[in-house]
Parts: sequence; structure tokens; C-alpha cells
Amino acid sequence: MAGHHKKMKYQFKTSADLLKLAAKYKMPISEIAINYEIETFKKNRKEIIEKMARNLMIMREAVKKGVNTNKKSFTGMSGGNAKKMYQFYESRKQKLLNKTALVAMSYAMATGEMNAAMGRIVAFPTAGGAGTVPAGILSVAEGLRLSDNKIFAGLFTASAIGMIIAENATLAGAEGGCQAEVGSSAAMAAAGITEMRGGNSAQCLNAAALALKNMLGLTCDPLGGLVEVPCIKRNAVGVITAISASEMAMAGIETFVPFDEIVKAMKNIGNLMAAELKETALGGLAITPTGCKIRKKIGLPPIKSL
Amino acid sequence: MAYSLFDIAGPIMIGPSSSHTAGAVKIGQFSRAIFDKTPSKITFYMHGSFANVTAGHATDKALLAGIMKLKTSDPNIKNAFKLAHQQHIKYEFKKTDLGPSYHPNTVKVVLEAQGKKKMEIIGSSIGGGSAKICKINDFDVDIKAVAGKYKYLVISHGNDTAVLSDVMKHITNFGKFRIAGIQSTHINDHMLTVMNLEGRDLYLYEVLELEKIHGIEFVRSLTRLEH
Repeated sequence: MAGHHKKMKYQFKTSADLLKLAAKYKMPISEIAINYEIETFKKNRKEIIEKMARNLMIMREAVKKGVNTNKKSFTGMSGGNAKKMYQFYESRKQKLLNKTALVAMSYAMATGEMNAAMGRIVAFPTAGGAGTVPAGILSVAEGLRLSDNKIFAGLFTASAIGMIIAENATLAGAEGGCQAEVGSSAAMAAAGITEMRGGNSAQCLNAAALALKNMLGLTCDPLGGLVEVPCIKRNAVGVITAISASEMAMAGIETFVPFDEIVKAMKNIGNLMAAELKETALGGLAITPTGCKIRKKIGLPPIKSL
Repeated sequence: MAYSLFDIAGPIMIGPSSSHTAGAVKIGQFSRAIFDKTPSKITFYMHGSFANVTAGHATDKALLAGIMKLKTSDPNIKNAFKLAHQQHIKYEFKKTDLGPSYHPNTVKVVLEAQGKKKMEIIGSSIGGGSAKICKINDFDVDIKAVAGKYKYLVISHGNDTAVLSDVMKHITNFGKFRIAGIQSTHINDHMLTVMNLEGRDLYLYEVLELEKIHGIEFVRSLTRLEH
């Protein structure tokens, strides 16, 4: 592949590589990512931005539809909570979090609920973790009144972080549990948000590290093996983790364990995790009495409940 | 193979599951392209996880939608049963056990057109929206497809791969395309070739032009089924 060519300037496989390139070319992470895509796949900048613009359009569509509907999924397990959350934000009830955070939670569930109800979404990076990144990026852009160019920067930075995780660990729940899905998307969102609000490259990676570290060990044990419970609400709390991590990074707090080491830890934890807890619906929440009821409802073979 | 940013940011898909929904659409699309006709009756023999968790993941609708040439990102997938009824396509889903050699997410698709042409295709959804066709009638094959990543040409031709260089010459003349992969399989006295392309969508007149090449039986572009 083109990766062996001598003139390749923007190749990275780790966050250490990424930070070095950002310092060398005095560019934000998003620009390193765009240049990586240009030189690796011989695409021009316009093509790459247009492709991301299409993703952005689909993300906005899913969020908007999801926030405005009460439609339930086939199983009846999900649907309508994004709307509830948004109405709570709009109400005069007492709240603890600010607008950006509350809207982010609503948006995260909106994408997850659309996915469960056979709507159109961007698997960013997977269907299970698809709510967190758009929710973080779109709510922060609204809250801070940022342009679409800033949104693109956030999305490209998030993608670069996802690529490093894919390269060195995994993004699949079946291999790494939920830490690899919602955990990864929280790390991606944290870095994207931090760049959008003016954080430097080191702060972006601190945010990603703080978010991922906090999601380590999370199992993938959804009811009936379906991407609904607990996945959808977990995206809502996942985006709050991303926002909190970004706040910590902007406050100057650094991760004690470097991002690349946390990714290795995540891979190790995924390998140690029992198969029953990796998207097989054979352990954890999936085999609670409630989980077994869902198994029966969708025609899965019966299993001893907890 | 180097990762693209868009392996992370994407694909655009209809939920809920990349392996049970998007991959199933892909199997349906390929079955239709290989069958080379509008089927009047389809029987899906669902194996493994496809047999068990069909409804929750809408695998049944996704397979049928693919056969009706819907994209993996088409919101109409959820209306597949209604669309099939409108197009007078009869369909049936049966549980089966194809044996331990097959991936848990596997289906045997039996297509018929007015009771005449009958074809059996076995396909597996192997994760992340990727699918592979394992068997066509009695012939073991290994044809891979990824949802939303490449555009596909399915070409049926005589027992000679020389004709493919003519096809490639024509494609190069159409514009800027990159051929990312070619897989050919012998079936009876002819061959089936799948070409993965990167570039814009092929126009219908271009596909028809390819079909005029001597030695080609048919060309099906799955281009319009993709992004």
C-alpha cells in the first residue's frame, strides 16, 4: 500500500505519533488527520470534506428526528427518551447541568433510538456507540455558537482518535466489550470537543485519555443481544463523560497514564473479559429476569436467569 | 491495509445492527444480481443467529430489501414487506441448520422466477456490514462485499478471463476509477466475476456498453445500491 512510500509525511499509528506531527507541522489534530487521508488515499481536500459533510447531514437528520418522536423500537424496549430529555431541558424545572450537557444527553439517545427503530444513522465508530460523537460535537457547537468548519475539525479529530484505537485495540463490542464501543466514542468525542473549543493537541489527548480511562472494563451485555438496553442510555452518560473529560483537560489537568498505554490496557481488559460479556447475550444484564423476558419475546432459546 | 478516517466515521446505515441488518441487505443485493432477474418467489432458510434473532434486528426485512435493490442506507428497508407485496414478490422465511461449517449469521436464499429459473445462494454476514457469498447452486465460492465501501460489478462471462481486460479498458475510458479487487469463480461452463470499484457511480448506458462486449453474458452494477 502507499504507506511505504518515502514521501509520506502524515502517517500515524499512535497518539505519540500524532502529537509529534502536530508539533512538527504546527497544525491541530484535525488538519493532520485530513492530510493523512489526502496522502494515504490520493484524495483531494474537497472530496474528504464533502464526504464528512454527508456524514454530518445524516447525523443532524437522525438527531432531529430522534428528538421529535415517541416511536418505539420493534421490541418496545426503546424510544421516546430523547424527546423526554429535550423537554426537560426546555422546561422550567430545576437542573444541575447546563444547556450543552442536557442537549448532548438528548442527542445521544436520539441517535441510538433512531438506530433501534430502523432509522438512518452514521456508525461512528459503530452502531452501538453511534450516539456519543454526534451528540458531543453538535451540542457543543450549538452551545458555543461554533461554525460548521469547527464541527468538521471536531469530527476529523474524533476520527483520528478512533483510528488509533482501531489500530492498537478494537472498536468492536464482540472483541472488547462496551469499553471498545461507547468507551471509544467517549474518548473520540472528548478530543473532538476539546479541539472545537480551542484546546491544544495535548489537551485533546488528555481529554481522550481521561474519558477512556473512565470507561475501562465496561461489558457488552445488552438485553436479547440487541443494540437497545443499556446501549442507548449509556451513550447519553458517555457523552457526559466526554464533556467532563474535556472540562478537566481545559482546566489543565493531565492524564497520569498516557493515552497509548490506556488503549493497550483496554485491549488487555477486552482479552481478559469472559465471552459471556462480549455481545453474546449470555451474561450480565442480558440474563437478568428482565433480560430473559426479552429473550423469550424475540424468540431466543431460553437460558437460566440470575 | 491502512485505515481510512471513514472506516471510523461511517458507514451510513439503517439500524439496528451492522451485521444483522446492513450485512443482510448486502447478501440480498448480491443474490439478486447473481440471479439476474426479478424473482417471483424467494425462500430464505435462516441459519444460526439469523434464525434466532431475526425479528429484533429486522434481518428478514433487510434480506428482502436487498433483493429489491434497496441501498444499505435506504430508510425504506423497514417497509420491505409492503414493497414486496406491491411488486408481487412472494417470500417465506424458514429456520434451518446448514451445519457447523457456516458462520452463525448465514442464510440460504432460494430464488424462483415464474417457477422456471431456480437458484440457490448461501451468504454469511461476517461483521461490521461485511458479507460473503459462500455457495451458488452446488458450487462453493468466496465472494466478499462490504456495505457502503465499494461499488460492485457482477459480471457473468464465458470460461475465459481475457474478456475482463476488455471490461477494464472500457471502465478506464469511462473516467477516473480504481479497481480495488477482482474475484472470479467457475460455475458450470461459465464464470462469475465480481469487481470492486472506487470512483463515481456507473451510468446505466455504461453498464449496457459493457454488456455488449463479446463473451459477456450479463453485467449487473450494484453501484446504485451504494454510497
